[in-house]
Amino acid sequence: MSSTGAGYDYSCGTFSPDGRIFQVEYAAKAVENSGTAIGIRCSDGVVLAVEKPILSKMLVAGSNRRVFGIDANSGMVITGFTADGRQIVNRARDEARNYRQTYGHQIVPTVLANRLALYVHYFTTHGALRPFGAASIIAAYDQDLKTHSLYMIEPSGNCFKYFGCAAGKGAQAAKTEIEKLLYNSNSSTNNELTCREAVNELARILYTVRDSSKDKPFELEMSWLCLESDWKYTMVPKDLIDAADAAGKGSVVQNSFEETKFESESMEV
Amino acid sequence: MAVEFDGGVVLGADSRTSTGSYVANRVSDKIVPIHDYVWACRSGSASDTQAVVDYVKYYLSGHTAELDRLPRVHTCANLMKSICYENKDHLMAGLICGGWDPYEGGQVYEVPLGGSLVRQKYAIGGSGSTYIYGLVDATFKEGMTKEECKAFVKKSIAHAMSRDGSSGGVIRLEQLNNQELKENVFLEMNYLSLNK
Repeated sequence: MSSTGAGYDYSCGTFSPDGRIFQVEYAAKAVENSGTAIGIRCSDGVVLAVEKPILSKMLVAGSNRRVFGIDANSGMVITGFTADGRQIVNRARDEARNYRQTYGHQIVPTVLANRLALYVHYFTTHGALRPFGAASIIAAYDQDLKTHSLYMIEPSGNCFKYFGCAAGKGAQAAKTEIEKLLYNSNSSTNNELTCREAVNELARILYTVRDSSKDKPFELEMSWLCLESDWKYTMVPKDLIDAADAAGKGSVVQNSFEETKFESESMEV
Repeated sequence: MAVEFDGGVVLGADSRTSTGSYVANRVSDKIVPIHDYVWACRSGSASDTQAVVDYVKYYLSGHTAELDRLPRVHTCANLMKSICYENKDHLMAGLICGGWDPYEGGQVYEVPLGGSLVRQKYAIGGSGSTYIYGLVDATFKEGMTKEECKAFVKKSIAHAMSRDGSSGGVIRLEQLNNQELKENVFLEMNYLSLNK
């Protein structure tokens, strides 16, 4: 899979002879080394979840969030370099604020996603800049059309609208799990999953796809944008997360022998 | 003048542009399209309002291209307000924005001289409007049909034209509603009799 850049991988300003931009691909690798983030679009909303590795016992639980609100009706989770991701969040917040000020209504999901994708892509076209080493998963609600959407923006600037998406270390396995969830019924477009169900499912998936022998203990951050939250992007209530976390852990208890001390500490809502 | 009804709006205006006592244009068109289903009535300085409307058209068309669907009337009114407010020291423009969008139906917004934005069921502006505030308030009632609105607008503007020296000419009416084609209704070039 890996081929040597051999001189064509020093900057984004260079194509390789076989038509690839290696810097962008390396950026994607940076994302692949980080905690898994997943999102699912349910019948009554969107749920996002991210696995936040606990890097040190000295860290206060609930700090170094990977879940960010953009506007009242939109938010995102990031994985990869969190510092890079925060830059993207900043830009998203600026875009949303400017849009609101200019046009008088909340930013429309398609516009938000496209503008962010444009921004991320911009950094892949300059020799002087490096691409973002972060992927963003965005949940947003359209106030006029009354629809909710899920988008993912990769470091390349690719942005697509998803029923379910994943990024990070366990992305491949997570995508398979999500597909199983979404296409349980015969009709592939009629997703019957509700947000409450999805909260538990996503926690289970995050526990399933990680390699508990190699990965650090992690904190589970979940957020949603749904009917129950009045279409505001908020953290999933603490009791729901705790329940989902316990259920997720229970589903893999047979594989994990090291009892970590840091499982899902207090999640501030 | 603009009035909202269930499913659309009716816009009306006179056709006189004057410089002092000289009528520069007796058949001017003060109702301008901003977008497919968003129109505006201009009053005040002709040059100022034309400039503002041109800017709004430009911004709204860019916005619509990005949005990829029909814009909200409120968005257009907001753009008008931003321009009028930020440049209030240099402009003399009173605008009425009327239109239809699939989200809120027919709407009328007024952007008077200072650059405020108010949504109203009916709005009047221009020099002749001062003479018909009483008439308009007395005649308007909720839930008028399209035809009743048109009659309301015609009558009100006719009365304003009758009393105000700076208003005259013909009454132009535009009617917007939720149909495939917007209907443009132009009154014939005759003077309305107010004796009835």
